[in-house]
Amino acid sequence: MPILLVFLPFLGFLFCSFLGSKFHYRISQILTTFFLFISAIFSWILFFQYLGSKNTEVIYLFNWFTSGNFVADWSIRIDSLTTTMFIVVCSVSACVHMYSIGYMAEDSSKIRFMGYLSLFTFFMLTLVSSNNLLQMFFGWEGVGLASYLLIGFWNYKSSANKAAIKAFVVNRIGDFGFALGIAGVFYVFGTVDFDIIFNNAYKYNEEKISFLFLNFSTIDFLCFLLFIGAMGKSAQLGLHTWLPDAMEGPTPVSALIHAATMVTAGVFMVARMSPLFEFAYTTNIFIITIGSLTAIFAASIALTQNDIKRVIAYSTCSQLGYMFFAAGLGAYNSSIFHLMTHGFFKALLFLSAGSVIHAMHNEQDMMKMGGLFKKLPFTGIMMWIGSLAIIGFPYFSGYYSKESILENAYLSSSYFSMFAYIVGIITALLTAFYSWRLLFLTFHGSNRSDEKTYMLAHESPLVMKLPLIFLSLGTIFSGMLFSDFYIGNYKKEFWNDAIVLMNAYHHHLPFTQTLIIKSSVAFGILLASVMYFYNKGLPYKISSTFKVIYLISLNKWYFDEIYNYLFVKPYFYIAKLFWKRGDENLIDGYGPNGISKIISLGSYYLSRFQSGYLFHYAFAMLGGLVIILTWFIYY
Amino acid sequence: MSIALEHYLFLGAIIFTIGVLGIFLNKKNLIIILMSIELILLSVNINFIAFSSFLNEISGQIFAMLTLTVAAAEAAIGLAILVVFFRNLGSIEVNKINNLKG
Repeated sequence: MPILLVFLPFLGFLFCSFLGSKFHYRISQILTTFFLFISAIFSWILFFQYLGSKNTEVIYLFNWFTSGNFVADWSIRIDSLTTTMFIVVCSVSACVHMYSIGYMAEDSSKIRFMGYLSLFTFFMLTLVSSNNLLQMFFGWEGVGLASYLLIGFWNYKSSANKAAIKAFVVNRIGDFGFALGIAGVFYVFGTVDFDIIFNNAYKYNEEKISFLFLNFSTIDFLCFLLFIGAMGKSAQLGLHTWLPDAMEGPTPVSALIHAATMVTAGVFMVARMSPLFEFAYTTNIFIITIGSLTAIFAASIALTQNDIKRVIAYSTCSQLGYMFFAAGLGAYNSSIFHLMTHGFFKALLFLSAGSVIHAMHNEQDMMKMGGLFKKLPFTGIMMWIGSLAIIGFPYFSGYYSKESILENAYLSSSYFSMFAYIVGIITALLTAFYSWRLLFLTFHGSNRSDEKTYMLAHESPLVMKLPLIFLSLGTIFSGMLFSDFYIGNYKKEFWNDAIVLMNAYHHHLPFTQTLIIKSSVAFGILLASVMYFYNKGLPYKISSTFKVIYLISLNKWYFDEIYNYLFVKPYFYIAKLFWKRGDENLIDGYGPNGISKIISLGSYYLSRFQSGYLFHYAFAMLGGLVIILTWFIYY
Repeated sequence: MSIALEHYLFLGAIIFTIGVLGIFLNKKNLIIILMSIELILLSVNINFIAFSSFLNEISGQIFAMLTLTVAAAEAAIGLAILVVFFRNLGSIEVNKINNLKG
């Protein structure tokens, strides 16, 4: 069953790429969706099987390669962490497949799209089910590839191509760290197999490694490298620039890859390597810092963006920050729990946004929406559910996971935990603000689009509504049903050594702290409703009063511009130098082109010699004769 | 003053030089080149005969006869080519013959 689960999407991809064009596109769409639904059902069955106390199981498939000591097997590792990821990936992917049938109805290459989606799902499943770092790296690179293909899916748009390349290149920086980390792990442990690494991790607690003439703690160093990879994939501060641009892709892609699954690969990896990360004391501080900074930084940008997808993209970035600082604090279970709930509600938000965009004929600017609730009541309700979950409204899924992360931050004894806690609360406020800003601008108030678009706005077909219903069920109930297993009383039995539970607290916060969290969220909502519902002039006044702050937020803290000046421009300059001066002038100039130039010049002068006049030839003959004779006479 | 070997050799050399210069300096007429070649061959003949009589060796004179016949044949062929050449190009000006120019 797990084998089928992993390889069915791949089968769907193969069908689409080789046989898809021979049949009607409908067959590809239905087949891939059907496969994904089977996978999703299997994943839920597996999940419930492992809900009891079942040990880690490894299904050996085949030997990938062996080179000396370096053995990499292809296998499927199943424990509660994997099954969690399975249900997130398969359920969201199945919903997105189904949704795409409706969303891409007017696109010309539907088969290719379904194939890419299935391919992505396959890579993601190999990533989460791997039993060694190398197979994980395979999946890691594979999802990067699929993400590249899907961001650039509308390849006739140059902005989509640029965004795809940007995503790929920025990810490459992270992957470089990850690859170094894997090499380092092999160097230290002599294997890339998870079990052996985890069982031996404690031995290296005190060890030092020398790098660039400096001594680092071995595990800190390794974890730092691995975390660089996670930062790239999960769009953490510094390497986050690709995620908002990735919104160039079709909306189902954004929902599947850039919200629910791929970007969480970094969090998953940190949780998977938690037996190693728990000894990485310094790196954990780094993770907490980066995570909390990302959370507040991305939220601050989301406040002012007008593109509906970009707001959700930055909110993804911010939620990933939450997951990372939870992981850095040692609360891997809260982190993974938030990953799961976030997968559901963020996919729901994205797909609802997709429905809005679909209804408004590819309009993404929220300033040109408004009052859509009357037209799209169903989508509006879905968006409300997603937003309630993301701000942590009681009994929605986000409530349990976010609360648990903040609890951990408050009660943890790590350095920086207080910093993370405060940042977490402020971010919660900002999250509430931008979520409600999005809701008000899109669904409430008066219509700002032109009359015709507004009149033509219509609710999506059933094939797009059903996935929303599935996801909303996950959004509402996943927290309520599973919180006991992930973070509550049964967590020991549930996790069962899949991740480390050392620092995971589960006490209730003091009443005052709960009050602070709740009231900050409520304040965020209140602020948004005052600014965007009751007093429409206020946002303009504020933005013109605090122009500098507003501009910084609107322009994403000028990260793209800074990177442009720091890296892109100098790189282009150096590349141009090598290309123009080095290659064209030096190598080509003195190499092939130079020789051919000398030959053509020489032959030009030699051909001048051949005048065609008889007397010139005769003179040459005589001259030659005289020279030869002189030679013979004198020697 | 008796006529010695040197005089014959001088004569040969002068005729040879005239022939060579005829080839080089003549820019107008192809026939003159043929004539100049004849002159060069004649200068060679004079040398042959002069040395043959000086050395009492008959083979020089035989060679001279041979050269004469060859020169005659060559002149005939050369003139024939010249006629055909003229028919084809309508001119025998040396200046204008540069079809082989590279």
